[in-house]
Amino acid sequence: MIHILKTLLSHWRRHPMQLVALLVGLTIATALWSGVQALNAQARDSYNKAAQLLGGDRVESLTLVNGALFSDKAFAELRRAGWIVSPVLEGQVRVNGKSLRVIGIDPLSLPRAAALATPATGTEISEDGKGFQSFLTRPWQSLIALSTMEQFGLGTDAPAITETGITLPALTAAENVTPGILVMDVGAAQSVLEAVGKLSRLLIDPDAKTSTTPLEDATSIPLQRTSESEVSGDLNRLTDSFHLNLTAFGMLAFLVGLFIVYSAITLAFEQRLPMLRTLRACGVSALTLTIALLLELLTLALIGGITGVALGYLIAVALMPDVATSLGGLYGAQVSGSLALSPSWWSAGLGMSMIGALAASSYSLAKAYWMPPLATAQRFAWREAQERRLNWQSGIALALLGLAIILYLFGNGLVVGFAILAALLVAGALALPPLLSLILRVGESHAGGPVSQWFWADSRMQLSGLSVALMAMLLALAANIGVGTMVDGFRKTFNDWLDQRLVAEIYLDSLDETRFDAVMSWLDLREDVTVLLPKNRVDVRIEGWPVRVLGFVDHESYRDYWPMKAANPDLWDAVLSDEAILVSEQLAQRLTLRLDDTISIGEWQPRIVGIYPDYGNPKGQISANIDTVAHYFPDAGPGGIGVRTDDDNIESLMEALRTQFNFTGSEMIDQASLKAFSKGIFEKTFAVTAALNVLTMLVAGIAMFMSLLTLSEMRLPQLAPLWAGGLTRRKLAMLELGKTIALALFTAMLAVPLGLLVAWCLIAVVNVQAFGWRLPFHVFPYQWIWLVALAILTAFVASLMPTLRLRTIAPMRLLRVFANER
Amino acid sequence: MLIVEDLHKTYSTPQGPLPVLRGANLTLGDGETLAMMGDSGSGKSTLLHLVAGLDAADAGTIRLGETDIAALDDAARALLRRNRIGVVFQQFNLIASLTVQANLAFQAKLAGRYDESWQSELTERLGLSDVGARYPEQLSGGQQQRVAIGRALAARPELLLTDEPTGNLDVETGEAVMQLTLDLVARTGCTLLMVTHSASIAGMLARQVRLDRGRLV
Ligand SMILES: Nc1ncnc2c1ncn2[C@@H]1O[C@H](COP(=O)(O)OP(=O)(O)O)[C@@H](O)[C@H]1O
Ligand SMILES: [Mg+2]
Repeated sequence: MIHILKTLLSHWRRHPMQLVALLVGLTIATALWSGVQALNAQARDSYNKAAQLLGGDRVESLTLVNGALFSDKAFAELRRAGWIVSPVLEGQVRVNGKSLRVIGIDPLSLPRAAALATPATGTEISEDGKGFQSFLTRPWQSLIALSTMEQFGLGTDAPAITETGITLPALTAAENVTPGILVMDVGAAQSVLEAVGKLSRLLIDPDAKTSTTPLEDATSIPLQRTSESEVSGDLNRLTDSFHLNLTAFGMLAFLVGLFIVYSAITLAFEQRLPMLRTLRACGVSALTLTIALLLELLTLALIGGITGVALGYLIAVALMPDVATSLGGLYGAQVSGSLALSPSWWSAGLGMSMIGALAASSYSLAKAYWMPPLATAQRFAWREAQERRLNWQSGIALALLGLAIILYLFGNGLVVGFAILAALLVAGALALPPLLSLILRVGESHAGGPVSQWFWADSRMQLSGLSVALMAMLLALAANIGVGTMVDGFRKTFNDWLDQRLVAEIYLDSLDETRFDAVMSWLDLREDVTVLLPKNRVDVRIEGWPVRVLGFVDHESYRDYWPMKAANPDLWDAVLSDEAILVSEQLAQRLTLRLDDTISIGEWQPRIVGIYPDYGNPKGQISANIDTVAHYFPDAGPGGIGVRTDDDNIESLMEALRTQFNFTGSEMIDQASLKAFSKGIFEKTFAVTAALNVLTMLVAGIAMFMSLLTLSEMRLPQLAPLWAGGLTRRKLAMLELGKTIALALFTAMLAVPLGLLVAWCLIAVVNVQAFGWRLPFHVFPYQWIWLVALAILTAFVASLMPTLRLRTIAPMRLLRVFANER
Repeated sequence: MLIVEDLHKTYSTPQGPLPVLRGANLTLGDGETLAMMGDSGSGKSTLLHLVAGLDAADAGTIRLGETDIAALDDAARALLRRNRIGVVFQQFNLIASLTVQANLAFQAKLAGRYDESWQSELTERLGLSDVGARYPEQLSGGQQQRVAIGRALAARPELLLTDEPTGNLDVETGEAVMQLTLDLVARTGCTLLMVTHSASIAGMLARQVRLDRGRLV
C-alpha cells in the first residue's frame, strides 16, 4: 500500500501547480465556510449567554402585559403569599455614546438556575473582601465583562458616568457576564435607571415549591406569567435571517472553492490514467487502487482543512467587529467583538473540508474503480463527447430551473427561498457551457479567415477544460450582481424613504413622563417651533411577535409625507377614530394581514386601513391615533417628540433645549444626524456583505488562474502545428489571451441576467420571508459594467503568466511535440 | 533553388555543448527531390528545422531563392513558412479542433492561395473525400499523414520539407503514401527535401545524401 501511495504521490512532484490548486481550493472553501460559521456561532453564543443570565428557558417571569415597569410592592405582596420570586429591573443607560443594558438583581433571592447565581459570581462579588456586602449595599458595585469595559473605554479606577450624568457603581470585571451588560443590585439599578420603587419583572424560582395562592389573589398588580424563552427567542428569531444570509454566502463560497478542487482532482486523475492502468496491469486490484486514491485525497483534505480553518478564523476575526455593530444597531443584540471558538468548530471545519473533497472527487474515484485495465479506443470524437455532455448539462439545468419555478409557485418560507436561489445558481452554472458553446458556434460560422475559424473551434474544444473555472466565475459574478442589486436597491429605497419619513427637524426621545410633559409645555410656548409632533408608545405581543404600538397626532406632516405601500383612500380620517390603525409591512407580512382586516390586541379590535414600509426594523409596528393608544393602554409611555422648525432655527432651538433640559446626545438628535446614524448601521451590514462578495470574486479569480495554468501545460500539441504553419509565438500568445478574455467576457455577459434573477429572488422571495419587506426592483447598470470589467481584468491577470510564457517559449519545446522521442 | 552553405548548429546540454551540424552544405534545384538519410541522432531533423526557419542556426546561410532564411527574424521566418514552405512531421501535424476539411484548407487559406478545384483534386487523390467532416483523432495514422501532406501541398509551397512522414506507418502504407506524395509534388513542381531512414523510400527520390558527423556526403 505504501508503495502504491508513493507511486501515486510522485505525480504531484511533477505537477506542483496542480497540488497548489487542489490545496488552495480546499483551503478557500473551508476558510470561507468556517469563517462564516464562526461569526454565527459567536453571535448565537452571545444571545444564549444573555438568555442564560436570568435562567433561560427554565425560569418563568411575572411581567405586565405591555412590558412596562410596575411597583415593587408586588414583590412584597407575592412573598407574603408564599411565592418564591426574585425582583429584577432592566433598562438601558448610555455611556460614551453607546448603550449598555442594565440588569438589577437581588442575589439573595435569585433562582439558582440563573447563570448569575453560579459560584463564579459569588467569588467575583466577594473578591473585594466584603463578600456580598459591597454588591448589596451603597455605593454598590456593577459587574461587567472585561471586553465590554474595553469596548466602552471604561476602567476600574475612574467612575463611569452615564450621558444623563449619573455615576455608575464601581465597575468590577466578571467573567460570566455577557458583553454589553451591566449587572448590579436591584436597588442600585433603581437609582441608576431613575426608577425608584419600580421593577420590570419577578423571576419565579423553578426549584422552589410553588405557592398555592393563585397569582390574582396574591397581588393587586395585573402580572402575567411569561417564559424567558419568549424573550430570548425574539432575538434568535429576529437575527435568524441575518445569520441565514451569512450562511448562504458561506455556502456559496464553499461551492465556488469546491469547483477549484473538482477541476484539480479531475485533471490529476486524467493525467494519471496511464499510471493507474499500469498499476492495474501490475496486479493491483481496483479496490486497493481506489482505497489508495481515497487515502491520498483524505490526507490532502486534512492539510487543506487545517489551513482553511486557520484562515477562516482570521476572516472571522476581521469581520467580527462589523457584524457585532450591525447586529447591535439592527436588533439591539449585544455581541462580543472578540472571538472565542470551541473545538467543535475546528472539527466541523475539518469535516467540511473532507466532505467537500469527497464530493468533488467522487466522480473520479468511481471512474478509477470501474476503469478497465486496458485503454479502450475513443468511442466519440471530442465534439460528439462534448455535445453529449453539453446536452446532459442543459437537461439538468432545465430541470433545476423547473424545480425553482415549482418551488416559487408552491413553496413557502425562507428555506424554500434559499433553495430557489441555490437551484437558480446551479442551473445557471450548468447552463453556462452549453450557452458558451452556442455563442462560439455562431462565432465559428461567421469566421472569415482560417485563423479566426481555428480560434472559435479551438475555444470550443477548450471549453471542457475551462468550464469549471468559468462556472465559478459565473457564480461569483451572479452572486455579486444579485447581492449588489439588492444592497444598492435597499440603500436607495431606504434613503428615499428616510427622506420622506423624517419630516421633523429635531427628534427628542428617551424621555420619562415628567420630562416629557415639561418639554412639551416649554416647546409649546416657543415662537420658533412651527409644529409639535408628540408620540406615545407601548410594547405588546401579537401572536407571539413583539410589536410596538405608536400613537401619533393627526397632522398634515403625516398626511402629506408618510409613504404607504397600500392604503384605503380615507385612511387619515379613519385613523382619527379608534377603530382604525396603520401597520408596518413586516407585521402585515408576518401575520398575513391585509387592508380592512381586523386584529385584536387585548380588548382593542381595530381595522387596518394602511400598510407602510418600515425598512430595517426587525419588530412589527402599529401606528394609531395618540388618544386611542392612551385610551387602550393607560400605562403607555412617552414615545418621543418630533419638532418642526425652520432650517435657520434648528441650531438655536437645539441649543436652547440643551441649556434648558440638559439634553444629551441620545435624547436629542437633528434630522441630518438621525439619517446619518440610520444609514451608518446599514453600511456596516453591507460592509460584511461586500467583504464576502470580494472574497468570492477572489476565489473565482484563483479558480480561473489555476485552470489556465494547468491547461497551458497541455496546450502545446494544439499550438505547435499552427506555429509550424507560420504563426509566430507572439501571435499565438495574443490569440490565447484573446480567447480567455472572450470567454470571460461572454461569461460576464451571461452573469448579468443570472445576477438579476438572483436579485429578483433575493428581493421578491428571500427578503420578504426573512425581513417582511419587499423592495422595489431597481437596476444599477454601472455595477454590471464594473463587474464585467472586473471579470475581464481577472481573466487577463490569470492568463498573463501562461501568455508571457508562450510568447518566449523555446522553439525546441514546440519542436519536441513533433519528434517521436518525446 | 535551395542553397545551404557552411551551416553550424550546436546545442547546449547539461553535459556540455553538443555540436550537431559542422559546416553542412547542400544545393537543391527547383523541382528536385532529395532524400536525406543518416543515423539516428545525426542531426537530420535539426537541419530540416533550420531550413524550415523553425529554429535559428549558429552560423552559415540558407538561401531559398533570394531569401537568406538564416538571417531572418522570428516574424519574417513565420511569414516564410506561411507562404513558401510546407512542413510535414512524423506526428502531431494536425489541428485537433478542426475537421479534416478545415485542416486541409488551413495552410492554403493562411497563405492566401486557397484554390477550390485544387483543393478538391487533392482531397480526391489523397482518398480523403469520405472523411472530410471527421476530426483528426478519428483517423488512422496513414489517413492523418495524408491530411498533413495534403495540407502542406494545398498551399502550393516552393519547398516541401518532410521529416520521416512514414516513420509511424507500416511499410506498405508508408510506400503508398510516399508514392502519392511524389505524384502530387511532381504535379505542383515544388522542391522536396525529405528525411527518412528507409532506403527503399529514399530510392524513390531523385537524389540521396547522407548526413554524417555534421556534414552532408
Ligand atoms: N533542443 C535540443 N537540445 C539539446 N540537444 C538536442 C536538441 N535537439 C536535438 N538534440 C540532439 O541533437 C542531436 C541531433 O538530433 P536530431 O537532429 O533530432 O537527429 P536525427 O533527426 O538525425 O535523429 C541528437 O543527439 C539530439 O539528442
Ligand atoms: Mg529526427
